[in-house]
Amino acid sequence: MSAVTARGLSKTFGDVRAVDDLDLEIADGEFFSMLGPSGSGKTTVLRLVAGFERPTSGRVLLGDDDVTDLPPYRRDVNTVFQDYAIFPHMDVQTNVEYGLRVKKVDRQERRRRAEEALSAVRLEGYGKRRPTQLSGGQRQRVALARALVNRPKVLLLDEPLGALDLKLRREMQLELKQIQRDVGITFVFVTHDQEEALSMSDRVAVFRDGRVEQVATPVELYERPASSFVAGFVGTSNRIGGEAAPRLLGSPGEYAVRPEQLRVVPAGSPVEPGELALPGKVREVVYLGPLTHAVVELDAGPRLTVSRPNTRTASERPLEASDRPVAVVLHRDSLIALSGPTEMTEETA
Amino acid sequence: MLSRSAGLRTGLLLLPPMLWLGVAYLAALAALFVTSVWGQNDFTGDIERVWTWDNYRQLWDIPVYRTIAFRTVGIAALVTVVDALLAFPIALYMAKMASPRTRRLLVIAVLMPLWASYLVKAYAWRGMFSGGGLIDWLGSPFGLHSPGYGLVATTVTLAYLWLPYMILPVYAGLERVPDSLFEASGDLGAGALTTIRRVVLPMAFPAVVAGSIFTFSLTLGDYIAVTIVGGAGQLIGTVVYANVGSANNLPFAAAFATVPVVVMLVYLAAVRRTGALESL
Repeated sequence: MSAVTARGLSKTFGDVRAVDDLDLEIADGEFFSMLGPSGSGKTTVLRLVAGFERPTSGRVLLGDDDVTDLPPYRRDVNTVFQDYAIFPHMDVQTNVEYGLRVKKVDRQERRRRAEEALSAVRLEGYGKRRPTQLSGGQRQRVALARALVNRPKVLLLDEPLGALDLKLRREMQLELKQIQRDVGITFVFVTHDQEEALSMSDRVAVFRDGRVEQVATPVELYERPASSFVAGFVGTSNRIGGEAAPRLLGSPGEYAVRPEQLRVVPAGSPVEPGELALPGKVREVVYLGPLTHAVVELDAGPRLTVSRPNTRTASERPLEASDRPVAVVLHRDSLIALSGPTEMTEETA
Repeated sequence: MLSRSAGLRTGLLLLPPMLWLGVAYLAALAALFVTSVWGQNDFTGDIERVWTWDNYRQLWDIPVYRTIAFRTVGIAALVTVVDALLAFPIALYMAKMASPRTRRLLVIAVLMPLWASYLVKAYAWRGMFSGGGLIDWLGSPFGLHSPGYGLVATTVTLAYLWLPYMILPVYAGLERVPDSLFEASGDLGAGALTTIRRVVLPMAFPAVVAGSIFTFSLTLGDYIAVTIVGGAGQLIGTVVYANVGSANNLPFAAAFATVPVVVMLVYLAAVRRTGALESL
């Protein structure tokens, strides 16, 4: 059974179609991410599921129940807001108990469940703190506890890690995944960070202009992107297409290839069967710690980014920008044939 | 060197307004207090510059003055409550529900009465409260009559006059509350009324207190509206006015005028704890 179903869902704001005839099924117990650039409609979908927005057309189902016309307080979902929306006039305990209090759960039960929820997010003993006394990461956990304490069918998370610094983000990513496994609730996670989506999700929906481009597992998404947009948005990819494709690859079409599938060798080095050697020159070298990126300008025109792990053996042959002829080696099987429009930019961080 | 000349420039710029504040404002207040502890020659009516607490003693000992003082504070409190009750829904609608266009229109509508003369508005209410006036006419089908001139009319008129001073701070205070707090409350299962009671009202409270500082202090000092619609009812302001004018007892007027100042100081000290002074 699906936890969340969207059928022909559309939402327009004035002239803008934020969500355009969307169909989506999110399975029970799944960690589901909605990934896309800002303005792609992912947050609007989340708000439609929560009930903060009414769809222009289409239906929203939670389990088997059509909730399209229900207000937020009648839907069995809870939201972790981007700005956390912690009530500033209440202490942590009162914040976490809020949902239970308005549902008239008795005091002792309330206390017990709030403490349980606080310990699930590793905030035992923080009940009496005021929100202003908490760090960003702690506030984020309070927001999570306040939502989880109601044991919703679905937890909606609207870019909840956006305001945290990188290190804390990484920690919270692992922790969120862990919490989701522990509580077994369906998580719907909105993010514009493809790495975040890949590392946490069971499945990811990539949004563009109010539509879903692809719904797939992280592995599928990365290794078999359905469109040029997905290939560009999820991870870094090199594009070979147009006139260069037949000349370099021997066949026309639009192709993407990941930087880690490429390697740079001195010109004229032997290659394995199935491999292609594309002549060019190293133009730029960027050292990234675990990896080094080299930008190679092919003699045929396109520039390719090659990524090389900085292992001990690799470091013995440092890459450097020069006019010395080199070749970029790639295996035919690592080429991803693309369909769909190609106006997307080459790389997305 | 640079910073010293910058400091000098700031000082010069601030000098005129500071002088104004110091001389016209604080010195006047000090003069008021000093006058209140002077005596008066009962026979000639001349001010005698001798220190005495007689004026204050009179205020306390003569029951009618005590009554007037408590009545004034009571009316000020009542006007404040009425304004808060009227202002809250209007401000909430303006801040969180109205479209930007409606919001602008409402802000203008709230401010517009302030462009009209105070006297005109007070006399308008006098007309409405008069026998056979608008209120009589509207009430007559229901067997209701205008309460006539008196404390009810005074309260209504003052509540009307000071309403914008309550709406604007509450509106500004509510506008600062992020929408996500309201959404979070609904998301957690609270209906609109519960959200208002548990989230909106507590968050608006400092702003309401900020507005109450205006409505309360303006009512404490008012003497015109009560003269026009108050009938026989006297407030501190009218007594002060009478003692400055016809009774010609300036020290006593000064002593009575000190009462609202003290009441306000006590009130401000009490509300400081709510954080209202930060939302002014």
